[in-house]
Amino acid sequence: MLKRLGKTAVIWLPYLWLAIFFLAPFVLVAKLSLSQPAIAMPPYIPAFDFIDGVRGWWADMQKFSFENFVFLTEDALYWKSYLSSLQIAAISTFLTLLIGFPLAYGMARAPKNWRPLLLMLVILPFWTSFLIRVYAWIGILKKEGLLNQFLLWLGVISEPLTIMNTNTAVYIGIVYSYLPFMVLPLYANLEKQSPDLLEAAADLGATRVRAFWQVTWPLSLPGVVAGCLLVFIPAVGEFVIPSLLGGSETLMIGRVLYDEFFANRDWPVSSAVAIVLLLILLIPIMLFQRSEAKAREAER
Amino acid sequence: MNRGLTPFNITALVFGFAFLYVPILLLIIYSFNESKLVTVWAGFSTKWYAEALSNEALMGAAWVTAKVAFISACVATVLGTCAALALARFTRFRGRFLFSGMIYAPLVMPEVITGLSLLLLFVAVGMDRGVTTDVHAPITLSKCLVAVVVQSRLLSLDPSMEEAAQDLGATPARAFFSVTLPIIAPAVAAGWMLAFTLSLDDLVIAQFNSGPGATTLPMKIFSQVRVGVTPEINAVCTLLVGVVTTGVIIASLSLKRQEVKRQRALGAATA
Repeated sequence: MLKRLGKTAVIWLPYLWLAIFFLAPFVLVAKLSLSQPAIAMPPYIPAFDFIDGVRGWWADMQKFSFENFVFLTEDALYWKSYLSSLQIAAISTFLTLLIGFPLAYGMARAPKNWRPLLLMLVILPFWTSFLIRVYAWIGILKKEGLLNQFLLWLGVISEPLTIMNTNTAVYIGIVYSYLPFMVLPLYANLEKQSPDLLEAAADLGATRVRAFWQVTWPLSLPGVVAGCLLVFIPAVGEFVIPSLLGGSETLMIGRVLYDEFFANRDWPVSSAVAIVLLLILLIPIMLFQRSEAKAREAER
Repeated sequence: MNRGLTPFNITALVFGFAFLYVPILLLIIYSFNESKLVTVWAGFSTKWYAEALSNEALMGAAWVTAKVAFISACVATVLGTCAALALARFTRFRGRFLFSGMIYAPLVMPEVITGLSLLLLFVAVGMDRGVTTDVHAPITLSKCLVAVVVQSRLLSLDPSMEEAAQDLGATPARAFFSVTLPIIAPAVAAGWMLAFTLSLDDLVIAQFNSGPGATTLPMKIFSQVRVGVTPEINAVCTLLVGVVTTGVIIASLSLKRQEVKRQRALGAATA
């Protein structure tokens, strides 16, 4: 009896919380995306009221309008922002993998007693404020910033480079901020791989490079997938990095949503933007869940 | 063999860690800069710290943030540990699929979506935006992080210990509190720390959900950074980095000591 009660509490407490604070809000976003803006507080006309009863719901549903979604397809700004967000996120994810993989590999091959310290060094920036880490790059990338001063002093360049407020700065920001998310799953995977496999490959006459591509890389794919999804999905909707490091050429949908909400105060359109973004990310998110569930099963 | 410190591995480590740490180190160094121009070195000075510490708006925001982070981290830890137990111990219950989905989805969900959807919930129930909504906002995300951290610890735990306690007559609750909880305590503590720093840091969700009088430190920093880089903000950031780093290092050292002690006790028990 008591056991049943305990089990019920342990499951239902977090379940209810998530249902109320995570699932229900999405229904509200979906609902709002179908309603009309109004000049009031809140700035929209409700499209659906739960207290109206079934008959009322039907009447409300007839008032649903897809105008906001039609609007999204009409204004090029929106679909261009979606496409360019996907592109920026994809390029940044690839660059993060390019930097993260050697780092994770080096960590996993380091002497065993070094590894906890190295792991700690990767996790520590993860605890440090995201905002501060992005902010740190402003002083470096500015026209009169430290990178340009350094390169000018070296004599590599004669004119300061314009990096700040370009897409390049956004790539740097995303790669820098999300690097630990890439390295941690990769390291967890690479560390578990038995070195015997590489020895066997060498015994069979494989060169190091060949052994890497035929043994280590295929085995590390689950880690690569998990790491890439952990970087790619949040990067598509990133707001802080493009608004601090990006320029006017940087179109990202997170920024569009934010401006629609705070600057234009058009809640229905920003909800529609959010719903479309969610639909785009649905498949990557489900892939991520599957890879996480698999990883947990493996731990069991 | 491909093991150990080959030149390639050393280069990868040095380059990777330099990339991770140099920007933060530069930020810290330039917070001690005398000049108001952030990127021109004009001598050592701590005057920006004095300025930041006497800036009432900044300190007020810091205090609000600390309160919000503390409360939301506590709630998130309780809920997250429950969720971890549910996932690790009960392999089948109605709606488990949806449940695990709701644990992993917030981890990658873009913050603008989470922020907007939570705000609509608060508006729908007629809650005024302020400190209360500020506290609620980061919990959903941070509780999922706690759940993931605690769950991996629970999965590596031998269930026979708890079973033994129950065989000896302990109720499931007692077995949990006197056997399982002490063992998973390091993971729970790590989860709390993560939740705390996460809400300390949360900008986007707070931006959507906080009202007048509940401006948090990240919001304050963000609005100033948009105008330009100032040495005062560098000083505030350095203080924040210092507090978090010290906390993490102390926590991990004490957890490690505890772990060593436990291993030794286990070794003595089985010897």
